Amino acid sequence: MGLALLVIIWLITFVSTYFFAAQTWWLPHGASTSTPWIDHQFALTYLIMGVVFVAAQGALGLFVWQYRDRGSASKVTYSHGNTRMEVIWTALTAILFIGLNLMGSPIWASERFAPADPGSVPVEVTGMQFAWYFRYPGTDGKFGRTDPKLMDPSAGNEAALGLDTTDPAAKDDVVTGTMFLPVNRQVDLTLRAVDVIHSFFVPQMRFKQDAVPGLIIHMHFTPTEVGEYEIACAELCGLGHYKMHGMLHVVSQEDFDKWLAVREAEKQ
Amino acid sequence: MATSATIHSHAPQGFIRKYIFSLDHKVIGLQYYFLALVAVFVGMFLSILMRVHMIWPTAVLPLVGEIKPETYLSLLTMHGTIMVFFVLTTAPQGGFGNYFLPIQIGAPDMAFPVLNMLSFWTTFVAFITILAAFFVTGGAPLHGWTGYAPLSALTNSGPGEQLGADLWITSIAIFCIASLMGALNFITTTLDLRAKGMTMMRMPLTVWAWFVTAILGLLAFGVLLSAGILLLLDRNLGTSFYVPLVVVNGQVMGHRGGSPLLWQHLFWFFGHPEVYIAILPGMGVASQLLSTFSRKPIFGYKAMVYAIMAIGFLGFMVWGHHMFMSGMSPYTAFAFSLMTMAIGVPSAIKTFNWLGTIHGGRVRFQTPMLYAIGFVSLFVSGGLSGPFLAQPVLDIPLHDTAFVVGHFHLIMGVAAIFGMFAGTYYWFPKMFGRMMNETWGRIHFVITLVGTYCIFMPMHYLGMAGQPRRYSQFTELAYLHKLIPLNTFITYAAIVTVSAQFIFVINLFWSMFKGPKASDNPWESTTLEWITATPPPHDNFGGHTPVVNHGPYEYSVPGAPQDYIMQTDPATVASH
Ligand code: HEM
Ligand SMILES: [Cu+2]
Ligand SMILES: [Cu+2]
Repeated sequence: MGLALLVIIWLITFVSTYFFAAQTWWLPHGASTSTPWIDHQFALTYLIMGVVFVAAQGALGLFVWQYRDRGSASKVTYSHGNTRMEVIWTALTAILFIGLNLMGSPIWASERFAPADPGSVPVEVTGMQFAWYFRYPGTDGKFGRTDPKLMDPSAGNEAALGLDTTDPAAKDDVVTGTMFLPVNRQVDLTLRAVDVIHSFFVPQMRFKQDAVPGLIIHMHFTPTEVGEYEIACAELCGLGHYKMHGMLHVVSQEDFDKWLAVREAEKQ
Repeated sequence: MATSATIHSHAPQGFIRKYIFSLDHKVIGLQYYFLALVAVFVGMFLSILMRVHMIWPTAVLPLVGEIKPETYLSLLTMHGTIMVFFVLTTAPQGGFGNYFLPIQIGAPDMAFPVLNMLSFWTTFVAFITILAAFFVTGGAPLHGWTGYAPLSALTNSGPGEQLGADLWITSIAIFCIASLMGALNFITTTLDLRAKGMTMMRMPLTVWAWFVTAILGLLAFGVLLSAGILLLLDRNLGTSFYVPLVVVNGQVMGHRGGSPLLWQHLFWFFGHPEVYIAILPGMGVASQLLSTFSRKPIFGYKAMVYAIMAIGFLGFMVWGHHMFMSGMSPYTAFAFSLMTMAIGVPSAIKTFNWLGTIHGGRVRFQTPMLYAIGFVSLFVSGGLSGPFLAQPVLDIPLHDTAFVVGHFHLIMGVAAIFGMFAGTYYWFPKMFGRMMNETWGRIHFVITLVGTYCIFMPMHYLGMAGQPRRYSQFTELAYLHKLIPLNTFITYAAIVTVSAQFIFVINLFWSMFKGPKASDNPWESTTLEWITATPPPHDNFGGHTPVVNHGPYEYSVPGAPQDYIMQTDPATVASH
């Protein structure tokens, strides 16, 4: 049984590690400025944890086999432990874990502490059961008033958000179900939710943030590659949670301006 | 001691007083255990329905028919809630703790036998209440075991959010009351009823684990109870603790000014300690068994005790790591993240000491030991995905994905279950006077170990690839299509693993009546439950109180006549 255990534990360890190391399934291709940072921290953590994983499982498999009961041939070392080893081990783990944590901190800070750069593209993202809406403030750069009493989800877009058309600032607001962003420009997100909590998750932008009713949350990220990226909802929001998705089109600045102009024109 | 004199004088007569409304901690322990056994089968059945629905969404299943997306979420909610409360909190603590804590410290019973009985029957009522949610109009709630508001606080946010959700939160509140009663009892018993010579530092690590678990329960369940009552008020009396102004499907609701994050803080203030409530008893059992079956003292007993305390203490300061993406201030994420990494240290110490215990020992591979070894393996695997999730930056891609599901199933689900299996195979002879079948025990072990790895390890890959959790189907998002084959593999693995659990149940009940008779100390263990008769008499030690002279893990002491010294052996057996 000792040998069987050794084989099973080592096999589990090998197979699990293989699929990590071969990156058969991995983080999706990232296309934002934070991708290299996050992926690097991920790879580093993965490497360290991988080594510990293999070492610990390896030792477990080895020990149970090596120290199996061999009748009178086995000599047991009578010992209650070893304080020095205990201290070394504790210190090493502490340094490793805390160090790893500190290394990741600047990335988090740059993601979440600083406000968006001046000149970034303002977009308001609103989650409701079970759709994402995106609002662009138009030429005045100001989001117009919305009124809960005017919200009509079945009508979609402007009406779904309850856009108050009597507000001058609302006149040029564009509301869409598909997100367009210019490449290599930061987006200044304003996240809202009208009914329950949703979570705006764009795996390829390495971006996730809950949208919470009653809170207005400001976030930013910068796409770096033209392309189409899927948006998911990552917080359980009801029966349609699994199909609450959207599309992000990252296009050139030119195409973005054109697209926005067409939407403005449609409104008039 | 006055209590012992009054208790062992009269064992109750009559079926009802003896087996139903019993005051005997051993009977109550078994009641908890069998309640958890029923619950775990309900929970497993639900998980199989979920896994089947994910792969074959239109399949028509026995008992339930075709599963709709909202049914999936009800199954999910009930699976999670039943598993966490009625399995992981019930069997290791209420079951084994109740049965063996008093015996292991040399007490005739719990400090408050009536409270003990009440706490079991209250748990039972809670269980019936949650099951009832399946049968009311609208069905069981769909808000997940975490019940995030406003989804859980509004009655029109989805099917199951009417009466089903009220029953769900009521059940949890009742469960909290039961756990509070249980916790008080465990703490008092440990502090007051220890036999002569049983100093704190001579207590088996199982007792330490149950003791600290009880303290965690006392502090955590009170908070959940209050949080639950506020939720009930929001749902039924129109208060606004958790709900701001919201518009559900075009309808402006009456709530104003509440905070959805308040629920999350309160819930996770309970929820994180809860995962230690689930796993600490398993750690205790693993320590006890690794020492016993390696025929070697536990490596670093004191370090183990301090690690249990450190985990218990730090466990209350890390709840925010569930909320990095919640909109909570990003500055607080720093603190929670650092504390979480810190709690990894005592966990690592424990692993190190388990390995150190095996090292240089003489390992016997009886079934209980196999499960203890499996526990260590799973604890390592589940534990090492923690430092990913503890870093806010890595939580950006990983939060609320299948990675989290893989992580918590390995460490809190399956590792804790392995602790229970280990405990069952180990204490079965003492509880029922017979041995379980070893061959079937081994077969059960191998299938379960390999099976659970096949189910939960690939979930990490899915999560890395961006598969969100709580998704019933992978058809809507194009990038999930390529993950369907791996999901299918998981479903098959789940079917095999769940089927293998029948081996265990058959072995359990068959051995109860047909297994070979057990001696009083079949594993040659040292702790007090092995000095008494099998099964133990009503007052545990047949009228005399044991006197303890040794620490709990004196194996292979040089110069001793046998390779183990019972805790009650005369002090002169060997000097050490
Ligand atoms: C046969 C073994 C098991 C299988 C196949 C299984 C499967 C699953 C599945 C498919 C989910 C849903 C994941 C999602 O959609 O996000 C889930 C969730 C969950 N499971 Fe299990 N599970 C098993 C055992 C356990 C055990 C032993 C526990 C005890 C802790 C447990 C606790 C949970 C919890 C807490 C959730 C989260 C529910 C929620 O998201 O609200 N499961 N499980
Ligand atoms: Cu959602
Ligand atoms: Cu936690």
